[in-house]
Amino acid sequence: MEILVCIKRVPDTSENEIELNRAGNDIEREDLVYAVNEWDNYALEEAIRIVEKNGGSVTVATVGGEDDEEVLRRALAMGANRSVLISDAAFAGSDGAGIARLLQAFVEKNHFDLILTGAQAEDGAAQVGGMLAALLDYPFAALVDSVELLDGTKLKVSREIEGGNKELNEIDLPCVLSIETGINEPRYVGMRSIRLVTSVEIPTLGAAELGIDPASTGKAAAKVHRTDYFMPAASKGAEILNGGRKEVIDRLIELVRAKGGLK
Amino acid sequence: MARIFAYIAHKDGAADDTAAELLAAAKWINASSSPTALVTGSGPQLDAVCKALRDTYAEIWKVSKAELAYPNAELVRQALVAILPPGCIVLLPHSHFGVDLGPGLSIKLKAACVSDVVAIEGAEGNRLKVIRQEFGGQISTHVWCDISSGAVIQIRPGALKPTAMAPVGGTVVDQSSAVGALKAGRRYLETVVAESGDVDISKEPVLISIGRGIQEQGNVHIAEELAEAMGAAVSCSRPVVDAKWLPKSRQVGSSSHTVKPKVYLACGISGSFQHLAGIQGNPFMVAINKNPKAPIFQVADVGIVDDILEFLPELIARIRATVR
Amino acid sequence: MYMAGAIRSPVEVAEWLSVGKVLFLVIHLLGLTFLTYILARRVTPLLRGERDPRFDRPWRRLATVVQFWLAQWKHPRYRGAGLLHIFIFAGFMTLAVRSLALVVSGLSGNAGFPGEAGHLYDLLTDWSASVVLVCMIVAAVRRIVFQPARYAVPARYGKGHPGDAIFLLGLIATLMLCDIAFAASNAAVLLQQGKAVEPLAVGSLPWMLNRGLIAVPLPVLLNTRVAICIFHELTFYFLLCYRPFGIQFHVITSLFNVYFAKLDRGSVKPVRWGAANLDELNSFGVKKFEDFTWKHMLDFYTCADCGRCSDHCPATAAGRPLSPRFIAIKARDYSFQHYPVFGRAKADDARLIGGIYSEDEIWSCTTCGACEEECPLMIEYIDKMVDLRRGMIDEGNVPQSMQKPLKALVSRGNPYGKMEKKKADWTDNKEFREGCKVRILDARHGAETLYFVDSITSYEDRIQAIGRATARILDHSGEDFGILGAAEKDSGHDVRRCGEETLFQALRGHNVEAIKASGVKRIVTADPHAYNALKNDYKDVPPVEHMSQWMARQVRAGNIKFNRLENAGAVYTYHDPCYLGRHNQVYDAPRDVLDAIPALKRVEMSRCRDRSFCCGGGGLMLFYEPREDQRMGVLRVRMAAAAGANVIVTACPFCMVNIDDAIKVAGMEATMTAIDLTELVDQQIVRRI
Repeated sequence: MEILVCIKRVPDTSENEIELNRAGNDIEREDLVYAVNEWDNYALEEAIRIVEKNGGSVTVATVGGEDDEEVLRRALAMGANRSVLISDAAFAGSDGAGIARLLQAFVEKNHFDLILTGAQAEDGAAQVGGMLAALLDYPFAALVDSVELLDGTKLKVSREIEGGNKELNEIDLPCVLSIETGINEPRYVGMRSIRLVTSVEIPTLGAAELGIDPASTGKAAAKVHRTDYFMPAASKGAEILNGGRKEVIDRLIELVRAKGGLK
Repeated sequence: MARIFAYIAHKDGAADDTAAELLAAAKWINASSSPTALVTGSGPQLDAVCKALRDTYAEIWKVSKAELAYPNAELVRQALVAILPPGCIVLLPHSHFGVDLGPGLSIKLKAACVSDVVAIEGAEGNRLKVIRQEFGGQISTHVWCDISSGAVIQIRPGALKPTAMAPVGGTVVDQSSAVGALKAGRRYLETVVAESGDVDISKEPVLISIGRGIQEQGNVHIAEELAEAMGAAVSCSRPVVDAKWLPKSRQVGSSSHTVKPKVYLACGISGSFQHLAGIQGNPFMVAINKNPKAPIFQVADVGIVDDILEFLPELIARIRATVR
Repeated sequence: MYMAGAIRSPVEVAEWLSVGKVLFLVIHLLGLTFLTYILARRVTPLLRGERDPRFDRPWRRLATVVQFWLAQWKHPRYRGAGLLHIFIFAGFMTLAVRSLALVVSGLSGNAGFPGEAGHLYDLLTDWSASVVLVCMIVAAVRRIVFQPARYAVPARYGKGHPGDAIFLLGLIATLMLCDIAFAASNAAVLLQQGKAVEPLAVGSLPWMLNRGLIAVPLPVLLNTRVAICIFHELTFYFLLCYRPFGIQFHVITSLFNVYFAKLDRGSVKPVRWGAANLDELNSFGVKKFEDFTWKHMLDFYTCADCGRCSDHCPATAAGRPLSPRFIAIKARDYSFQHYPVFGRAKADDARLIGGIYSEDEIWSCTTCGACEEECPLMIEYIDKMVDLRRGMIDEGNVPQSMQKPLKALVSRGNPYGKMEKKKADWTDNKEFREGCKVRILDARHGAETLYFVDSITSYEDRIQAIGRATARILDHSGEDFGILGAAEKDSGHDVRRCGEETLFQALRGHNVEAIKASGVKRIVTADPHAYNALKNDYKDVPPVEHMSQWMARQVRAGNIKFNRLENAGAVYTYHDPCYLGRHNQVYDAPRDVLDAIPALKRVEMSRCRDRSFCCGGGGLMLFYEPREDQRMGVLRVRMAAAAGANVIVTACPFCMVNIDDAIKVAGMEATMTAIDLTELVDQQIVRRI
């Protein structure tokens, strides 16, 4: 099974404090640590497991710049077979559709049975997987939390829907799936494994190698633009209880009792 | 101004709450707009939904096909592409269905796609200005979208308040014949209903909800003790279930259970919208979190900035003492 | 056999002896050959094991042998069983000489040593055999009637084999009976033959038996004596060859195991001995049996299944899946199965984790060292645990809850994922700042002493108070000190013991550079984990002291004086942290400090000093939750209450977190509090105005 996993390097929300910078128009990027997007990591683990069980190979791709190579390397250390950096100055400022078109160009130059993306990245757009599928005319399923190979031509996948229920579908290969967290338990990637791949050569594909018209990507072609970051005015927000812990506890008990929260 | 359509999700013959929210969204885009409802499905339940929508939507486009009895996004997309005029704006809820349908639909319509919109500022010519959030709700962004060739806008459920309106008396237009045979590479098999477990949190009036701040499985008992002292039940956010510290039956959120308690204690929960989306009925919400900047403090009624691992045991002791 | 009833002449006896000599020779040759073959088969897996340099410091090793093997130093830790074993061991040692003598006499016709020494020796052997026999009976009664708890085999480890133990006791008893019977009958024969006979030891069993045999007719006696002799030889060789098939192997291997025991406490073995460059290794850690070093395999052979380790293991007490005894026994059984004495060796690549060991079992260990402290045979466990963890890490097999802090250590240098620039925020407290200056050291701003704070004290709310108390104490005494601040990364002590060696070395490399840049001559820390790391894991850093040692010195020199403790009704007990106490043997310094505080009432828990009970594990163990019935901390807090204390004094931030937490979990807030030694000192110190 030839699997492509599309990953993204993002600021790690669990180890950063996201704050507005001094100019008030972007997040404070100094001191940020980055990691692979959590959803993508689950997708990567799933792909590696499928290949461990059924044979084939896992290719990992990301759209970005030199800094993004580190997540590709980590993916190799984790067990991916091949990694590719899709990068070109012309690609800067692409929106979700632009990125999907870049990935489409890459997919069309190769052969993949299955393409996995994380359900969303930290920006919450959750778009690239569905867009890529539509561009390729492959069937798509979003928020997949279980994948089962039925035979070489189709999969049985389960999608997460409301109420904790699961929607079971049959989907033909080749297809695109966006993967939810919790689908598996990703393996640990130790520092040693990462050290062992530091000098692996990662090919970079630009507009020429992808055979793509730069005008169809990048800022100029983007239809969605982020103007700035900001902190919303603290609308009403919560009434913060101040004081020593004992006072706060007493006040809290009072309030909760008033609302019928204590039996 | 482009024509605005709103895709209406429905279940068991009733339209989803998002129908009213999408209507409000359309008004934000263009105050004088009269959006058209899009409803797909089959049978008498579909008809019931269309009939009910006549009160709020001026025009309702109905697509009734056997293949659409279950809303398979892959098939719905084909149906919509067949009937939507070029350059239109399609509003969807940013739900499990919305993320399945929206992005692919935008490609086929050659339209822009903006997802998880929490507020709409308005349209200026071909620019639609909206507000989104990033980093799990920790920060907001201003986004504009080029709608010259249309757009698919996914609205976060519960973000926009529906406005009360006088009944409209809309008409239902049957578009089913405009849609040819539908076939997709993905076929719906069945829905597996989640086990309710020992406790049905959706029926509990008081919930003690824990998040990542509980830090480890060994601390979960603190919440259980508090619940016991208060006559409440324990629920949680997604990370706790992902880590397998509590079963899925306890998870509150858009992808799990919707709860309608009177009192909701959010302990060590940051307040991601997926979690908050599972809380309905506007309960009295208390948020306890070490991080004063946690988004939960935006929506809670009362906030306490403290470490739950220290605060809760003292709270339990105090409640036990006062009960005695 | 010569069964005739006629009285034999000495000549006939001599004749018989020479024919008997052939028989004896055959028995000896067969026995020894057999033994050699068995031992050679047992050595086979050791030859496939990893290397382990244990041939250095021979004098020190000999001293270890004298103390722990010959003098049975650890045995009295369990008084009853210990005494029994000392008697048995002493008896065996004495009799071993006799066994050799019998071999020689079988060949040469001479029995026994000449002269006074020989006579004394014979008396000793009479007593030895008697005592050992009695011990065998006592031991058997203990096993069958009293059934000490630590011998029990929990269901998940299969069934116990009490029959094996009884069989062994019976074998030894038989051998002793032969000895006794031979001595008695030999003396009787000589007496009847009119030869000179040395008196048997009065009151010993041979003496008693002899009195019964004197009246027996000589021909019967002669045959009896020969029969006993042969039976003795057969039993002796049977027992000897039976040794390598179970726990009785320890009788042969113990001498070697103790000689080759680990000399360097507190440290962890390298990933591979002799590998200069880790990047050249194909695999880290122990994944299959042959990845163990030969010495670790010898450890498995040497385990006597006594259960002392598990009896003191906090993980076992807490109901975690770990029992150190079974780590050894299961591996030994694996080795016996895959490298049998009879049959072909079956070496395969089978993974130990998922095979004889479970993941949870190996992650359950807190590396407290109680097992190693108890084991009379000097078996090592911690290095094996670390090696097994290295293997799991190498294969990406790490529980999700532990991946998070490890990831945070890589990106932020601390397990909490907090920002580096906030490392010194604990000094930001307004009140604190007014009373104490804490300098940040670097290449341009140096000091004499470095206060190595480490992650938990820097970032955990409750523990920052320990940092402040420590700084105040250092400042009060005029110590020229500073901290590294953001340049300090986690010491990596527990990263190493969780098996992430590469990450540990990265952290260590970073810290060593920062320490050297600061130019300090001394390091002091309040964190025993950091203390152990800087002392035993780090090379080329200035000497390090734990705050308890530093404070004890100041108290002795009269630089620190204490106010009277105004806390009537408070009874203090000191909890020895594993990495200060057991691993580094600092027991007295903290106690000296406490005892210097006037009016402080102190009691000792029954498990104290080297028998201290681990609080629950420091470092990354705080992030991992194995399945357990009870928290270790809760058990410890109850021990403190049982000792009559209501204040526990800790000298380790991890202990503080665990004990504090345990007090709450156990619902004992009203009757127990915890305080760190530095906080107590800070509170009681007489301040110069």
